[in-house]
Amino acid sequence: MKIRRIGVGAVALAAASALVLTGCSSGSSTPASTANTTAIITTNGSEPQNPLIPTNTNETGGGKIVDSIFAGLVYYDATGKPINDMADSITTNDSQTYTIKIKANQTFSDGEAVDAKSFVDAWQYGALTSNAQVNQSFFAPIEGYNDAASSPLTGLTVVDATTFTVKLSAPQSDFPLQLGYTAFDPLPANAFKDMTAFGQNPIGNGPYKLASASAWQHNVQIDLVPNTTYTGGRKPQNGGVTFKFYAQADAAYSDLQANNVDVIDEIPDSAISTFTNDLGSRAINQPSAVFQSFTIGTSAPHFQGAEGLLRRQAISEAIDRPTITKVIFNGTRTPAKDFTSPVLDGYTDSLSNNSVLTYNADDAKKLWAKADAISPWSGTFQLAYNADGPHQAWVDAVANSVKNVLGIDAAGAPTPTFAQFRSLVTDKTKPIETAFRTGWQADYPAVSDFLTPLYATGASSNDGHFSDPAVDALFTKAASETKTDAAIKDYQDAQVILLKDLPAIPLWYSNVTGGYATGVSNVQFGWNSVPLYYAITKG
Amino acid sequence: MAGYILRRLLQAIPVFFGTTFLIYFMVFAMPGDPILALFGDKTPSPALVAQLRAQYHLDQPFIVQYLIYIGGIFQGNFGISYSGQPVGDILLRTFPVTLRLAVIALFFETVFGIVVGLISGLRKGKLFDASSLVVSLILISLPIFVIAFVGQYVFGVQLGWARTTVGTGAPVQDLILPALVLASISFAQIVRLTRSSVIETSGLDFVRTAYSKGLSRNRIVPVHILRNSLIPVVTYLATDFGVLLVGATVTEGIFNVPGVGNTLYQAIIRSEGPTVVSFVTVMVLLYLIVNLIVDLLYGLLDPRIRYVK
Repeated sequence: MKIRRIGVGAVALAAASALVLTGCSSGSSTPASTANTTAIITTNGSEPQNPLIPTNTNETGGGKIVDSIFAGLVYYDATGKPINDMADSITTNDSQTYTIKIKANQTFSDGEAVDAKSFVDAWQYGALTSNAQVNQSFFAPIEGYNDAASSPLTGLTVVDATTFTVKLSAPQSDFPLQLGYTAFDPLPANAFKDMTAFGQNPIGNGPYKLASASAWQHNVQIDLVPNTTYTGGRKPQNGGVTFKFYAQADAAYSDLQANNVDVIDEIPDSAISTFTNDLGSRAINQPSAVFQSFTIGTSAPHFQGAEGLLRRQAISEAIDRPTITKVIFNGTRTPAKDFTSPVLDGYTDSLSNNSVLTYNADDAKKLWAKADAISPWSGTFQLAYNADGPHQAWVDAVANSVKNVLGIDAAGAPTPTFAQFRSLVTDKTKPIETAFRTGWQADYPAVSDFLTPLYATGASSNDGHFSDPAVDALFTKAASETKTDAAIKDYQDAQVILLKDLPAIPLWYSNVTGGYATGVSNVQFGWNSVPLYYAITKG
Repeated sequence: MAGYILRRLLQAIPVFFGTTFLIYFMVFAMPGDPILALFGDKTPSPALVAQLRAQYHLDQPFIVQYLIYIGGIFQGNFGISYSGQPVGDILLRTFPVTLRLAVIALFFETVFGIVVGLISGLRKGKLFDASSLVVSLILISLPIFVIAFVGQYVFGVQLGWARTTVGTGAPVQDLILPALVLASISFAQIVRLTRSSVIETSGLDFVRTAYSKGLSRNRIVPVHILRNSLIPVVTYLATDFGVLLVGATVTEGIFNVPGVGNTLYQAIIRSEGPTVVSFVTVMVLLYLIVNLIVDLLYGLLDPRIRYVK
């Protein structure tokens, strides 16, 4: 999961600009009106945490750059709909074996052809444990994947220069939807000779390329210019993009106010209450594919069996989500109605059982009393979080809400750093006994991404160790459906069960907040909270 | 004199080993697994974690990690950051920026601080003295981030006289505003130090003697009063220069200066052992050198100070 992103529903609009291009899906789209196609757009970024290798980039700082300089089989338009980029077609009969054809005459910016081998070799590289790529787990659905040993993906077969097949170890109907994620980008043959050097100065096939061999000035900025060999749907409408690296969002916001930067995709906490006034129609605040929750570990005392069920429901109903999102977040969060995100296909705010997410002090007290009848409560309800992130305000608010409604002691439990927090949460020898904050940001626009990795038995990010055979069965059924609607129905059914069990207690969806400078137009934020840089025009 | 300098430089060797060892140990002892933090809220597979731990030698016992690190340094290799950059390169990129910022700040605080302090001292109790006292009290009592934010908003956003953040290559003109912010607090300290030192010196016998000899005020003030008043100021400036060099984390963050403070802060958050240790070690060595230079300056200011051996 990348840190931050967003999506737009078809209705939610990116500020007042009526000219927003929706993904300009045909390769030959013309620039909007009188736009100046040579102007360079500057935007905020952060120093990539890893070298710029698609399979080794899992955070937004590097992700925004990698997405700009590489093109995968598909890309997502603003609403999260996949549109063929390098792919000519992706077909399957059984949702298990996919045949992928690549468009003819696609090249990397140095002229090397993008063919079936470019993809297969890159995926094999990413999946090998010995290469230690942070995006390794994205290849898990493919046959032959093994994260405990270095074994090749036997499910990948090159048929001819522009065709390859992918066999999955189990049917997965939304596999094509995943292919727009950075991990699935192709790599040129040169990359494998010296991946370290390649990661500092990558050659890609995307809409942009590095302006020069020294374009990446570490900790300062990276300069991208249009890649003329790119013929896909993301044709740049500007003369390049410069990502300026900021260590703090405050600095980027000051630069925006002084017109020193064109577009920013993050508003600092200090400006959350003023930015819509400061920027007017140039402010952006819309829902995104980020889900926030907290989890009460199954090893926590008083949170097991029937008693635990009642207590989790009571706590959920004791939280006044609308007030907290308004007061603490100034409306930049949207109270949760399910376990996914409102920007995705398959989202609904009317799942049965979701009344448990509505503030109801009386009912919460009754449920808590029922649990006390099973075994009387003792101790303090604690909610763990990492103090190096912006969490203290809402954690205290949630704890207060619980404390006031249920009349028990409740408090936040900070740990100094994120590293320490994750160590506590994932410690297998000494499971965490308090509640802890959890969150998820989708890597690809599918509800499955919000559910299976988090709540399937033994799943990689199932930090609460939740397990329910009925939920597992629905996940498996959904994955093998051949019709999207049927799969969505299965995931909704699974969520109805989750809303009863509450393996995590949904809180809210984060909005993407951002803004742009005067003189900049066609700014639209994608479903994943990242602006569609190629569509932005200036002057 | 040469022997004295040599001895001081030799002292840096045990300091070097001591600090690297201590800092390395502290980073090692930081709770939490930095590898897990690389994956956000996602939990990586155990084999992948093991592979990455091995890559950064995190699977070795502390003393082995330390020896690998020290061994690398003697081959000119400061280790690799998690983003795959040699730490040596990061050092070479960030220290010149911070050094530039520190020198500009030091220039402002020295020139303005000593001039204002001297005038205040010579005109004790007059209007100028009283107003400089008020201004310096205000500056001392304001936290630096308040000065920084206000400065950035007024001069950067509203008036447009300076860039709000530091641009590519950290050119000198972009560094002036952050340097003024950094200098503001020390400026106030220097004014007060210089003032009291000047008042004290002005009352001493040799100054009265100089006046009675008929020397002009233009000669007495700079040569007799100021020179003899500067020792506490120079000591303060040296310490302050050291502080400026080792990271104006807050100011660098607000003005987005790609310098030492900013980079070190990020590295600490990520528990990047090699980066943190290398940075702190270089800081300690710089601090030692600056202190040596100050000790030598004492001799120039006051010939009575002699260096033994």
